[in-house]
Amino acid sequence: MEFANTLIDWLRPDWFLNLVVISDDYNRGRYLAGLWMTVKLSVLSIFFSLIIGILGAAVQGAPSRALRVLVGAFVAFFRNTPPLVQLYFFYFAIGTVLRITGENGLPQPLVSNFGWAVIALSLFAGALNVEIFRAGVEAVPRSTVEAAEALGYTRLQIYRDIVLPLAIRISLPALGTNLVNLVKTTTLAYAIAVPELLYISAQIWSEDLNVREMMNVLLVSYVGLVAILVWVLHRWEKTLRIPGYGE
Amino acid sequence: MTMRPNAPVRGHMPVLLPMRIRADALPMADRMFNVWTAAALVLALAAVLIAPAFAQDAAPEKRSIIAILLEWTPTLAGGFGFNVLISILSMAIGTILGVGLGVLQVSPIRPIRSVAWLITQFFRNSPWLVLLFYCILLIPFQIEIFGTKIPFPGWIKAVIGLSLPVMAYMSEYMRGAILSIPTGQWESAESLGFSRGQIMTGIILPQTVKRVLPSWMNLYAVLTMATPLVSIIGVSDVMALTRAALSAEGRVDLLIPMYLYILSWFFIYCYPISAVTRLLERKYSVKL
Repeated sequence: MEFANTLIDWLRPDWFLNLVVISDDYNRGRYLAGLWMTVKLSVLSIFFSLIIGILGAAVQGAPSRALRVLVGAFVAFFRNTPPLVQLYFFYFAIGTVLRITGENGLPQPLVSNFGWAVIALSLFAGALNVEIFRAGVEAVPRSTVEAAEALGYTRLQIYRDIVLPLAIRISLPALGTNLVNLVKTTTLAYAIAVPELLYISAQIWSEDLNVREMMNVLLVSYVGLVAILVWVLHRWEKTLRIPGYGE
Repeated sequence: MTMRPNAPVRGHMPVLLPMRIRADALPMADRMFNVWTAAALVLALAAVLIAPAFAQDAAPEKRSIIAILLEWTPTLAGGFGFNVLISILSMAIGTILGVGLGVLQVSPIRPIRSVAWLITQFFRNSPWLVLLFYCILLIPFQIEIFGTKIPFPGWIKAVIGLSLPVMAYMSEYMRGAILSIPTGQWESAESLGFSRGQIMTGIILPQTVKRVLPSWMNLYAVLTMATPLVSIIGVSDVMALTRAALSAEGRVDLLIPMYLYILSWFFIYCYPISAVTRLLERKYSVKL
């Protein structure tokens, strides 16, 4: 009987999702603010990482060897070093050096911690995006590019109108994985005190001493966020589908 | 991959030559990760490390950056060794659990399959840092079994926390690898009278090793790069030691070289792994 009670205790809904964050106005406001910060961080980082990826992949196909080596080094460096150390490097090392004199005459950081989080995450995910788009660009049939050349397209036009649209479609699955990873990596911003979901949750659980409940809320929130992103990417993939390609 | 000069010989026809790969037909990865890339990185690093040393000449009473870095190197190396230890332990636990979970994901019994799928997806889609917090805060600091107290220090909890996502990724790779083995193998083994367990352990799993190896190595590199996360939850790894060293020195001009120094350690450790992964990927890739 005792066992049954323990089991029921475990399965109690308020153990799993005792929603302090819903029952308490103050905590709910903070939680939603944290969620909003995570969403902002994710959306901005995704946007900039995509731009870095597209530009990098374009440069990788450029005739200039120096540029290719430069982008190659950028990708190799950001892919093979820990994102947390990168973030620390930007925030604590470069952020300390990059200071301007504020209105009150004291030195102030030029970029906020939120700004550094966006920069570091974009560069980290962008380096991977370069690789992903590059693979997509390579998968575009050579004959398609040649056909475009024969029609008198310039290099830029070929990249913009022929190669990129096809490459994006080819690289969408890998891109999805990377962007999901990026959303998960936004938790690193906790380390530089950006008030995102994990940071706020840690504050709530240390004030209200409800670690278990808050942890579950947190995990479910992230799985939910990732689910939304996967759904959006899936829809995008469907919309972009070219008849005759794939299934 | 060496280019032989195209000698103008009479009767020379390119068709007659053995197939050669032109440098620009190589996968871009080969062109990107070449000697030049490595050289550029080493030069950049050297410049960053040496340049401040020259700048220091004006103020001889201060120790040079290089001297400080060298002085801290043994301490930091110890910390880095700890990171490597954590990564190896997590990888071992994660791999064992992941292979089991992956096999369960292709189980013929539906409920088992669904539960294994759910566990895999859950741990694969949760942030590493949140899982670490989960393990650090929710695993008791010691458990008592039959009167013996087994302590759980922070770093063991961190190992468990890091092995959970590894398990989930490994499970997914294993599922893919098992499903990529032709059905004919299952059928012919069945016709020879093997049981399902025998087919799995004796025929299917050995073949998946080759297919999973590149992803597994890549996962190890990713895991190694995730180990500095344990510094956030209070394990004194290389990152925690670096920050301690920086606050002990208290010099602003040390910040950039020190962080670059640590970044380059990870780079030197992880770069060969990803280079070999690439080689294996190309070697084992399915030629279409």
